[in-house]
Amino acid sequence: MENKGLSKVDLIFEEINAKEVLQKAFAMTSEEIIQQVLESGLKGRGGAGFPTGLKWKYTAAEKESEKYIVCNADEGEPGTFKDREILDKVPYKVYGGMAIAGKAMGARKGFIYLRGEYRFLLPQLFIELHKFHKMIKEIGFDFQIEYRMGSGAYICGEESALFESIEGFRGEPRNKPPYPTTSGLFSKPTSINNVETLVTAMMIIKMGGAEYVKLGTKDSRGSKVFSISGDTPIPGIFELELGMSVQEFVNEFGDGDTKAVQVGGASGFCVPRKRFIETIIGFEGVPTGGSMKLFNSSRSMYNVLHNYLEFFTEESCGQCTPCRVGCQQLLKGIEKVKKGEAKSTYLNELIKLADTMKVASKCGLGQSVGNAFRSIVENFREEVIY
Amino acid sequence: MITLKINDQLAKVKEGTTVLNAAKSLGINIPTLCNHQDLCVAGNCRVCVVEQKGARTLIASCAMPVSEGMEIHTNSLKVRNARKHIVELLLSEHRADCTKCYKNQNCELQTLANEFSFGEHIFFDLTEDHPYSIDRSSPSFSKDDSKCIRCQRCVRTCAELQHVSAIAVSNKGSEMKVSSFHNRPMSHVVCTNCGQCVNRCPTGALTEKTYIDQVWDAIYDPDKHVVVQTAPAVRVALGEDLGYDPGQRVTGKMVTALRQIGFDSVLDTDFTADLTIMEEGTELLTRLKKILVDGDKKLALPMFTSCSPGWIKFIEHKYPQMLNNLSTCKSPQQMFGALAKTFYAQKRNIDPSKIVSVSVMPCTAKKFEADRPEMRSSGYKDVDFVLTTRELAVMIRQAGIDFRALEESKYDSIMGSSTGAAVIFGATGGVMEAALRTAYEIVTGRSVPFKNLDITPVRGMEGVKEATIKIEGTKKEWNFLEGAELKVAIAHGLVNANKLVKAVSTGKASYHFIEIMACPGGCIGGGGQPIPTNIDIRKKRMEAIYSEDSGMSLRKSHENPEVIAIYKEFLEEPNGHKSHELLHTHYVQRESY
Amino acid sequence: MYHTGNLVKELADKHGRQRENLMPILQDIVRKYNYLTDEAMVEVATELDISAAEVYGTASFYTFLDTQERGKNVIRVCKTITCSMKGKNDIIAVLEDILKIKVGETTPDKMFTLVETNCIGWCHKAPAMLINDMPYTDLTPQTVIDVVKGYMSK
Repeated sequence: MENKGLSKVDLIFEEINAKEVLQKAFAMTSEEIIQQVLESGLKGRGGAGFPTGLKWKYTAAEKESEKYIVCNADEGEPGTFKDREILDKVPYKVYGGMAIAGKAMGARKGFIYLRGEYRFLLPQLFIELHKFHKMIKEIGFDFQIEYRMGSGAYICGEESALFESIEGFRGEPRNKPPYPTTSGLFSKPTSINNVETLVTAMMIIKMGGAEYVKLGTKDSRGSKVFSISGDTPIPGIFELELGMSVQEFVNEFGDGDTKAVQVGGASGFCVPRKRFIETIIGFEGVPTGGSMKLFNSSRSMYNVLHNYLEFFTEESCGQCTPCRVGCQQLLKGIEKVKKGEAKSTYLNELIKLADTMKVASKCGLGQSVGNAFRSIVENFREEVIY
Repeated sequence: MITLKINDQLAKVKEGTTVLNAAKSLGINIPTLCNHQDLCVAGNCRVCVVEQKGARTLIASCAMPVSEGMEIHTNSLKVRNARKHIVELLLSEHRADCTKCYKNQNCELQTLANEFSFGEHIFFDLTEDHPYSIDRSSPSFSKDDSKCIRCQRCVRTCAELQHVSAIAVSNKGSEMKVSSFHNRPMSHVVCTNCGQCVNRCPTGALTEKTYIDQVWDAIYDPDKHVVVQTAPAVRVALGEDLGYDPGQRVTGKMVTALRQIGFDSVLDTDFTADLTIMEEGTELLTRLKKILVDGDKKLALPMFTSCSPGWIKFIEHKYPQMLNNLSTCKSPQQMFGALAKTFYAQKRNIDPSKIVSVSVMPCTAKKFEADRPEMRSSGYKDVDFVLTTRELAVMIRQAGIDFRALEESKYDSIMGSSTGAAVIFGATGGVMEAALRTAYEIVTGRSVPFKNLDITPVRGMEGVKEATIKIEGTKKEWNFLEGAELKVAIAHGLVNANKLVKAVSTGKASYHFIEIMACPGGCIGGGGQPIPTNIDIRKKRMEAIYSEDSGMSLRKSHENPEVIAIYKEFLEEPNGHKSHELLHTHYVQRESY
Repeated sequence: MYHTGNLVKELADKHGRQRENLMPILQDIVRKYNYLTDEAMVEVATELDISAAEVYGTASFYTFLDTQERGKNVIRVCKTITCSMKGKNDIIAVLEDILKIKVGETTPDKMFTLVETNCIGWCHKAPAMLINDMPYTDLTPQTVIDVVKGYMSK
C-alpha cells in the first residue's frame, strides 16, 4: 500500500484572491470545471467519499432549469470541528466553492445548512456573505446563497435528512433512489457538498487538477483537514497530506501512550495499537471525515463504546427498525455483559446484530454504527467484558 | 418494460414497479409491515429487505424500483438473517401480551414472529425502558404505544387519506413515537375518530374501543329489551371476517346470526337511511326555496350531508365557519336511536328505559357520535352501544355460530324495512343518488332520468365527483326550479373532502348539494370494517352494495312502506315539528388542534 | 409561560407561510423565548395551515426546539466522548451546585436551565458547553463559576 508519510499542507486556510480564482472559473466552461475536479481525484470530505466531480457531472447532466448547490455545514460527527474553523477563518472560500459548483452544474442558488451549535458564527458569516454577493455581482455571475439553520440533530448531516430539514420536516433520511443529483432539495437536482470539499474544489480550480493530484495516494488524492482530539498534547486542526499510516499520525500527535485511535468519529473505526503501522488513513484504509481521537492506556474502551452507543441511540432519527432498535439493543447488550447479566458470548450475537444494521439500515447512520462497535469489541473484548 | 431476475426466475415488469411488486408478479411473497397499498412508500420497517447482486447493502424491496438486469434474491442466508433480526428487534420493543390482546391472531407482527422468530428470543426486552400509558380517552379507539412498531402507517393514513394529521411522528432515536399534539389525549385533539388508522395498524397499538361485553350483559339481562340496527355497509363486509371473500353479501345470514345471539329485535339502519332521505331531501328543497325565492340570508348553500360523523367532527374542527352549510339531519344511526326509544317503544308498548339500543356500524366514529350530548332527544341515550363490523364478527364467533350453515332470514318489523336507496348509503355517492331519486320525484312527479334509476355519474371511486341534473317539467309548487341545473358534488376520504370544502369556501366552486363521507369509498371503507382494506377490497364491497340495490323491489326512499307509515302515524311530515325534535341536530365549533 | 402576542404572525409575514418556513419560524420563537409553548405551536400551525401535531412532531425532533419550559439561559454541557473524558462530570457537578438544580431542570427564577447535549464541535478544547448560542471551552470548575456568575449579574 502506498504510504506518503506525514506532511503538513496549507491549502484550505491559505488566504487567496478569491476574485481572481472565480474569474478564472467563470471563464471556463461547465465541462472544463468538472473535468478539473474529476482530474483532481477529489472525494467528498464529509466522510462518505463520493467523487465530487462525478456528483457535479451528474447534477449538470440533469435537464431541470432549477438546481441547487447545498453546502453541508451540519458538522456533527463526534470529534469533528474542522468545518467550524473553515467557516470561521475562510468563509469566502466556501462561498467561492459554491459559486464554482453552481457554474459547473447550472445552479443559481445555494444553501448552507449550518448546525445550530455554530449559530454564534452567523453574524460574521453574514458580513462575509454580503461582501461575496457584491463581488460576484461585479464579476457578473448570477448566484445567491442563503443560510438555513439546524437545531441540534446529528442525523441532519445525512444529505437527504438535511433536505427534509430545509424543507421544514423532521430530518428523516429518504429512500434512495432517487439520489440527490436527480431529485434532491425541493425535489430538484442537487449537489450537496461538505464545507471542506467546496473549499478544496476552489483550490483545485486555482492550482489545476493536475497539480492537486500530486498530493496524496491513488485512492486518496490531496490533503485533508483533520480534527485531532483526545489524549494528545496538541489537540486542534491540522491539514495533512493523505496517505500516512496511523503510526505516523500517532508519532506526531500521540502522548507516548496511545493505545487506540478512533478514525472517523463515532461512526468510524477504532484502530488498536497493533494495527497502527499497517493502517493507512484514507479511503484505502480507514476513511475519515477528519475526526481523529486518540485514547491512551488510562481510558476504558468500554466507556468509549458506551458513550458512542448512547450517542447513536439518541441521534438515530428513529424511523427504521435496525437503527432505532438495534442501537438500543447494542447499548443494553454491552451493559448486560458488563454487569454479568449476559454471557460474554452474547457479544458475538451483538456483532451479528451490528452486521445486520450495516446491511439493513435505511441510511449511513445505522449502517455505520457497526464500524465502531465491531472494531472496539473485537480489539478490546476484555475491556468490554470485565 | 424492464427485465430482471428474482430468485433466478425472469420477470418482465413495467418501469417504476417496485422489486416487491415484481416479486409478487412471480408469486414470490416478501413479508412487509410498513408497506400498505393505500399509502405512500415508507421503507422504514426494513422487513422486506432483499439481496441485490452487486449492492453493498440489502435493499428495501418496497422502496426500490426495478432496473434492467437486476438480480434479486429474496431468501438468501443474508436476507434471512437480517429479516430474523429485524422481526426480533421489533418484538423487543413490542409489549407482546398476545393472549390478552384484542388483535391476537389478527396481528401482522405476530404472523411474522410465527414465521421468523419462534423459540428463544435473542434480544432483551426494551418495553421496560419505555414507560407508557394507554390512551383510552376516545370513545372510539384506544392508542397503546407499547405495542407500536413505528411503521407510521397510521400517521400516513391520517395525513394522506384524511388530511387531519391528528397524529404525527414525534421525538427521535429511541424516544421516537407516534403522538397527538404534545401528547394530548386523543379525545382532546383534532382526531375525527374515523378509525382509518385503526384499520391499517398492523398490531394492537390502535384498536377500536370494544363494547362487546356490555352488549352481552344487556342481552343476558332479562329486564332489558335489546334492539339492534345494522348499517348498510356491514352486510357487504362482515363475511370477510367470517371466512368469505370480499364482496360477498351476507345480509340474511347476518340477520339470523343476530337473532341467535339473542337480540330481541333485529332491525335495519336502512329504514332510517330512507327516513334521512325524506328529511334531508325536503330540507334541501326547502333551503333552495327559502334562499332562491324568499331571499333568506340565514341559510347557506351548498348544503352538506351529515351522515358521516367523522366528517362532522372534521368540519367542526377545521371549517367552523361552514357549520351552517351542514344539513341538520342526524345520521341514520341516530335517527334510529331516537325513534327506538320513542316511536318503537310506543308501538311495541315497551318502557323506553328498558330498551337497550345497539348499532352495528362499519365505523368507529359512530361510537363517538352516539356519545355526543346532542344525541339524547328520546330523553335517554338514543344509541347505547355501537359495535363495529369486526366486533359483530367476534360476537358471532363467541356465540359458536356456524355462520356458513345459517339459514337466511329477514329483518323484524317495525323499523326493519328498506329500499335500495338506503342500501347504497354505504358507498360513496350513495346518499346523493338516493336523495336525487327522491327529490327529483318530489319536484317533478317523475323518476330521475337515468336508466334503471342508476345515477352513474355519482358512482365510483374517484376522489371528487361532480354532476349536474337539469330539472324540467316541475310541479306547480316547485316551478321556481323549472329549467334549473342542480349542481352536486361528492367527496370521500377527508383529503378529498378538504379539497372540495376549500374550493367552496374560497368561492372557486359552487354547488347546491354536496355529499361527503369521511372514509375512502364511503362507509364500505369505514374504520370499523374488516382488516385488511385496500382499493380492490373496497371496490368489491361497492359492487356488492350496488347489486343489493338493483336486486330490491323498492329502490326509492319515499316508497318505503314503513317510512310512509311513520309519517302518517307519528312524525306527520318531513321537517315537521316532531322531526325537528327527534331527527335533527346542531353542531359545535371545536379547537383547531 | 409567555404569550406570543403578534410574534408568530410577524414571523410568518417575515419568513413566509410555506412548510419550508416552519423551521426558521420555530427557531426565531425559541431564540426569543427559549422554548415553544403549546399556544405558540398552535399559532404556527394555524399560520402555516398544517396540523399542530405536525408542528409538535417536527419541533420535538430537534433538540434545540424545546417544547418544555426553559429558563432564560439554557446551559448545554457537551457529554460526548472527549468532553466526557476531560471532566464533563466535574463541570456538571459545579453547575448543579451553583444553580441548585439537577441536569434537566430549570431554576425557580426561570433564569437557567441545565441540560447535557451531544458533541458541539469543541473536542480539542474540551470540556465545552453552550450557553444559549455562545460556546465556552477549556472549562475548569473555576471558569464555569465565573461564566455563570457573569450571566447571573446580567
